Parts: sequence; C-alpha cells; structure tokens
Amino acid sequence: MAKAPAPRFDVAAALKEASLTAFVMFALSAGIVGFHTVDVPGGLAIETRFAAVAAVTVLGFFGRLALILLRCGRPYPVLAITVPLAALWFAALLADRLLPAELGQRLQVALPFADVVVNWIVALTALGFAIRAVWMLRHTGASAQTVLDRDAAMERFAARVSQASRYIGPALLAVAVVFPLLVFAPESPWLPKVDRRLLDIGILVATYVMLGWGLNIVVGLAGLLDLGYVAFYAVGAYSYALLATHFGLGFWTCLPFAGLMAAVAGMLLGFPVLRLRGDYLAIVTLGFGEMIRVILLNWYEFTKGPDGISGIPRPTFFGLPFTRTAEGGGETFYSFFNLSYSPTDRIIFLYYLILALALITNLFTLRIRKLPVGRAWEALREDEIACRSLGINPRNTKLTAFSIGAMFAGFAGSFFATRQGFISPESFTFIESAVILAIVVLGGFGSQIGIVLAAILLIGLPEFFRELQQYRMLAFGAAMVLIMLWRPRGLLAFREPTLRLHKTRPGAAAGTRAGEAAR
Amino acid sequence: MEYFVQQLINGLTLGAIYGLIAIGYTMVYGIIGMINFAHGEIFMIGAFVSLLSVMVLGMFGITWVPLALLLTLIVTMALTAVYGWSLERIAYRPLRGSPRLAALITAIGMSIFLQNYVQLLQGARVKPLQPMISGGFEIMRRDEFIVSVSYLQLFIWALTLGLMAVFTAIITRTALGRAQRACEQDMGMASLLGINVDRTISLTFVMGASLAAVAGLIFLVNYGVIDFFIGFLAGIKAFTAAVLGGIGSLPGAMLGGLLIGLIEAFWSGYFTVEYKDVATFAILVLVLIFRPTGLLGRPDIEKV
Repeated sequence: MAKAPAPRFDVAAALKEASLTAFVMFALSAGIVGFHTVDVPGGLAIETRFAAVAAVTVLGFFGRLALILLRCGRPYPVLAITVPLAALWFAALLADRLLPAELGQRLQVALPFADVVVNWIVALTALGFAIRAVWMLRHTGASAQTVLDRDAAMERFAARVSQASRYIGPALLAVAVVFPLLVFAPESPWLPKVDRRLLDIGILVATYVMLGWGLNIVVGLAGLLDLGYVAFYAVGAYSYALLATHFGLGFWTCLPFAGLMAAVAGMLLGFPVLRLRGDYLAIVTLGFGEMIRVILLNWYEFTKGPDGISGIPRPTFFGLPFTRTAEGGGETFYSFFNLSYSPTDRIIFLYYLILALALITNLFTLRIRKLPVGRAWEALREDEIACRSLGINPRNTKLTAFSIGAMFAGFAGSFFATRQGFISPESFTFIESAVILAIVVLGGFGSQIGIVLAAILLIGLPEFFRELQQYRMLAFGAAMVLIMLWRPRGLLAFREPTLRLHKTRPGAAAGTRAGEAAR
Repeated sequence: MEYFVQQLINGLTLGAIYGLIAIGYTMVYGIIGMINFAHGEIFMIGAFVSLLSVMVLGMFGITWVPLALLLTLIVTMALTAVYGWSLERIAYRPLRGSPRLAALITAIGMSIFLQNYVQLLQGARVKPLQPMISGGFEIMRRDEFIVSVSYLQLFIWALTLGLMAVFTAIITRTALGRAQRACEQDMGMASLLGINVDRTISLTFVMGASLAAVAGLIFLVNYGVIDFFIGFLAGIKAFTAAVLGGIGSLPGAMLGGLLIGLIEAFWSGYFTVEYKDVATFAILVLVLIFRPTGLLGRPDIEKV
C-alpha cells in the first residue's frame, strides 16, 4: 500500500491548534483541579492548586505541538526536547532512592512543582513522547501507516496467535499447574519466588478467568450484552453461604445446587428481557444486577443485609478438612495422608479448585461450540432475522446461553464464598460486572486465550501495584479506554469460521476481513 | 390528600433533576445511537464545579444569593460543557464506525476514570453545603401536617422550565437544531449536504453536558450534600427516564424524568424507602417489555 506523504508543518496552524488544546486543558482543570475543599471545624474551606493547573495547561500546549511535529514526520525536535526533560525529571524524582539522601532532596526541591504527582505526570508525558519519537525513527514513516494497515497487521498477529493456540494453550496450562508447586521449590535464582501473596493473586486471576469464560458464552458466543453478570455470581455465593450456614451442607454438595440456582435466576431474569437487543439489553441487565444487590442489602431477615454472612465453611478435600485438628476427632487432610500441617496447603488446594472449575468452563465452551445449540448461538449473534427464518427459536436459544452463562457464574460465586469465608453485598457491585465484561471485550470477543491475557492484564497486574492503591481504579478506567481506542475489536480479535465449505489455510482471509471491518 | 400533595411537590423537584440529565442521554442516543454511559459522571462533575464555584465566590465576598447563583450557573455550565466536549473527542469520536460494544466499553471506562479522578482530587468524603435559599410558603394545612412549597423548589422549577424553553427553541428554530435533526435522520446524507457532522455531534455533547451541569447544581442546592458517587445512580435513573419517555425524544425525556421522580417520591412516601431503586428498575424493565419505544418515541422498524 502506498504511504501517504507526511503533511507539511505549518507553524501558524500548529500554534493555533496547540493553543486550543491548552485552553481546553485549562478549562478542564480550572475547576476540579484548581480548587479543592478541605474539612475544617464548622464546614468546608477551600484550597488552591494553581501550579497543577498551570502545569497541565503548559503540558497540553507542548504535548499538542509534539503530536503535530510527529504527525508531520519530524521526530528530531521532539526528541531534542523530551529526552533531556524526561531524564532531568526522572533523575530528580528517583534521586532520593539512588543518591545520598541530602543531595536527592536538594534535587527534588529544584523541581518547579511542589506536588509529586504533577512532577510524575510531567516526567511520564515527556517519556511517552520520547518513546513515540524513537519508535518513529526506527520505523520511518510509521505515522503515515493508516489505521487500516495497523488493523490488518494486528489481525494477522491475532490469527497467528489463534493458530499457535494449539501450543500456547497447553503451555499456559502447564505453567498454571506447576506454578503453585514452586512454593515447595528450594531457594534458587532461576525460579521465581512464589509465596502466599502470589498464590492469592493467582486465585484471583483464575476466578476472573473463569468468570470471563462464563460471560463469554453469553457475550462472545450468543452476542447478548450482559452488564448484570455479577448478579448470578452473587446468587451462587449466597446460595452456598446460606445453605452451608443454615443446614450445614458442605461445599461439594452445594456446588451443583449453587450453579442450578444461578441458572434458574438467569432463566427467570432472561425470560422477559431477551427480546431486547444491544444496548437496551445491557441496561436492563444492569438494572437487574442492581436490583439483586439492593434486595440482598435490604432483606435483613434472609441475607443479614449489609452485615453480610460470616463463618462460611472452608472447602474440604472430599470430606477431609484442611485444619490442624478435625472437629469431633475425625480425620483431617493431614492425618489421612500423614503430612505435617501447613496453612499454605489450603491456599494451594483453593488454587487448584478454581483452576479446575475454570478449565471445566473452558472445555464446556469449546465443546458446545461444536454442538447444534452452540452453532445456533453464534448464528444468532451474526444475524437474528436469518436465524428465525431458518427455524431457530431465538428466545429459547438465547435463554440457554443466558442460563448456562449464569450457571458458571454461580459456580464461581460459591467458590468465592468458600474462599473468603465472608460475603456481603459490597462484593457484588456494578463495577464487578464492568470488570468482567471488560475482560471479555478487551480479550477479543470469543477468544478464550484473549480472556486469559486480559484477566492477567486487568486483575493480576494491578495487584502488584498495591502501593499505588488510590490510583488503581483511575488507571483501570484509563486502560479500558486506551485499549479500546487502540484495538476496537479487542486484543486478540480473530474469528475462525466454525465450518468451512472448502479447506483453506486458516488466517488467509484475515487481511481482507480487517478491511471490511474498518468500513 | 395533604401528604399526597407534599409528595407530588417533592417528586416534581426530583423529576426536574432526572429530566435535565435524561435530555443529555436522549440527544446523544438520537444522534449517534449509543448510550453515553459516562453522562452520570458529567452530572457529578457539574455538582462539584457548582460547589467549588459557590465557595470561591463566597471567598470573594459575593454572597448575594441571586448573583452568586447566576454566576455559579454560568461557570458550571461552561466548565462542565468542556468535559462533555472532551469526553466525546477522546473516547467516542475515534470509535465512530467501530463495533457498538467498543464505544460502550470506553464509556464505562470513562465513567470509572472520572469517578476516581474526582475522588482523588476532591476526596472521598461527603461534601456539605449550607442551604442557599431558605423559606417557603404554606399552601395547605391539616392539624399538624403542613404542606409547603419552598422558594428553592420554585427556583428549581423556574430554572428547569426556562432551560427547557431555551433548548426547545435551539432544537426547533436554529440552524444548529436543524443540523442536529438532520444528523439524527441520516448522518451520511447530512454530511453530503454540507453539514459539519463532527461539529454537530460535539455541540450535542456540549449541550447535554451543560444541562447535566444544571442538574448537578440543582442537586447540590436541593440536597446540600454531594460525593463522587452520585453520578452512577442518577445516571441510571435518568437513562430509565429517557427510555420511559421514548429515547430520542426531547419532550419525552422531560416527561420521563418527571414520571420517574414522581414514582420515586410516591414509592418512598407510601411504601418503603429501601426499595425505591428496585421500583425504578422494575419500571424500566416493564416499559422495555411492553412499550419498547417509550411513551413519546417513534417506533423503530428493523430492516433486513
């Protein structure tokens, strides 16, 4: 494809554009950033942060200018400014860790802004532009690459991944299976150190992978946009918690029942609303999710409302509890297998439990896609009217997808309850639904490996940045937007037709399909 | 009867807030066919800008209530409109023509981002504001129960009605309104006829955001407390209002807003306060099942 020549650099136009951006940045920051309220005795007082407003405005101006320069194919001036700037700022910011304390503090004071966050923003922006400029130097004319080219390239990459998933899948699985065993590995420089915290993160990621795979049945396969998935997760969790605390039933007895309850809930909720499509369905499911939460919160006699349910029994290894001594003198896991007691074993068991549950979900999805009902889901997603004229009952087909998806959420919910030992409506807010949906969509609709990737990115990665707790959700929202802007069809969006009339090389049609999609 | 009238008055006030937010949903949905999920957060930002503006004006000694309210109104509408404009520019415009789900995800992402942005910058604590307009008059009385209309409520109704009149005039009388209606019907054709579609869509977001900002101001002076989370529920309820009135229809949005406000007020008054949100969602579901086009909406014919 012929590359379009880079546009000419017009100083007047560039300055005008940059000024406009600076003005917008000023207007955005003038209110919320420039002033903030503080609690004082007898009401509120106001404090100012004018330096931050000034910084943001100036950054807006120069950032825009840099963008225009890059667009016109002139990375050198951008590099000349951003590299020293980034180097200076980072040096100063990290000085107190690298240099003797006194010198570092003096350097930090030399920065124009007193606020550390503002300094970090300046440094990161400069670094971002520097990287962009270097990238452009290496791929000359990369900025002239159109969205279409980029999409086609990514599509080819996704196709390659889906071809390679035959190897990637088992490899990932092997890593996932071996990972907790590293706890027992001797201290060695080649093996990553696995501790309880890492295991907990692993359990969390696996839970979200399972939820993602479950929701993928509804969103990815059947094309039904469900923003209230967490409701079924809650139904599963409360089913197990209530059955266990009231009737003393064990985890394994309740697991199928929790799934069944969630599936029934899915059917009850789905029945009236599945006629709706697209955004309407999304909002109604969102409403249902909130309704279930409000009911859990207010039906005190049944759910103990905001107090939540505590003392939910831990899972057992087919009846053998993971405790030091069993209640009533029975066998424990350790006495049965002649092992010494270690609290980590329970965590490892939980990890394998959720891994197994997730894999069952995955296997189920992969198999059901080949069954008539699975094919009907995918057909329904592509064209509902055509399906109806071919004799598929859209309502029943959608209902099966909805309730099967809900069932897996129910399983995951009862796992959540048994892992936490305590549940309350706080755990089942809309944000959870949004996170699960984001995992499915960011992974690339229908791509099982994409979901694992997205879950690791969105759930696992932020867990490592616990220190930056307060910025976590901010970054999460921003990441959702940026990934979607970069890849509107998900990270690994590539769909193989389930059936082919003639044998062709898989992925051959990828390039043309990207073109179609861009239209 | 007296209790009924009092709930009616409260419901109308609540309805004004929902109606003003719902207009933003309905205009955006009408023109680009997507749910602007972050619109509730724009409302929340409007409330915060109002609070800051009132306090800054107080610092300068402008405490004469009519002047302070007028200046706050102008500042809030202007600054919040920039948020609406940026939202469209950053999160929605690049995705025009992409799968609809993509825009929904960026909208949710933006919503999460804006909530945490305000929480970080302004703190998670609830922000109180002293009542700005006090007093009222009595319209009914039986024994101990007094039905009263406060001056604040009168101010809210007048403001809402005035804004509605202005915006109806913009939509029906001006070139911008004609351009908006043209884009709503057929974006491709409108651009062939020389309408700047991008600009029209941007201005739609600006208008929606400034109305949501007014709703934020009203929320602030009416309830006197705000926090960073008020946008979520208000947004969903306003969306319900827009659907109830018939999405895409401006008078429908206002009507839907009033109805939702009334239903909520009566439900809390006669049944239980705890389940008022459930009532709203139940209405949303019922409307969508039995009358998907809403009360004043046009039927949407699906073509193959």
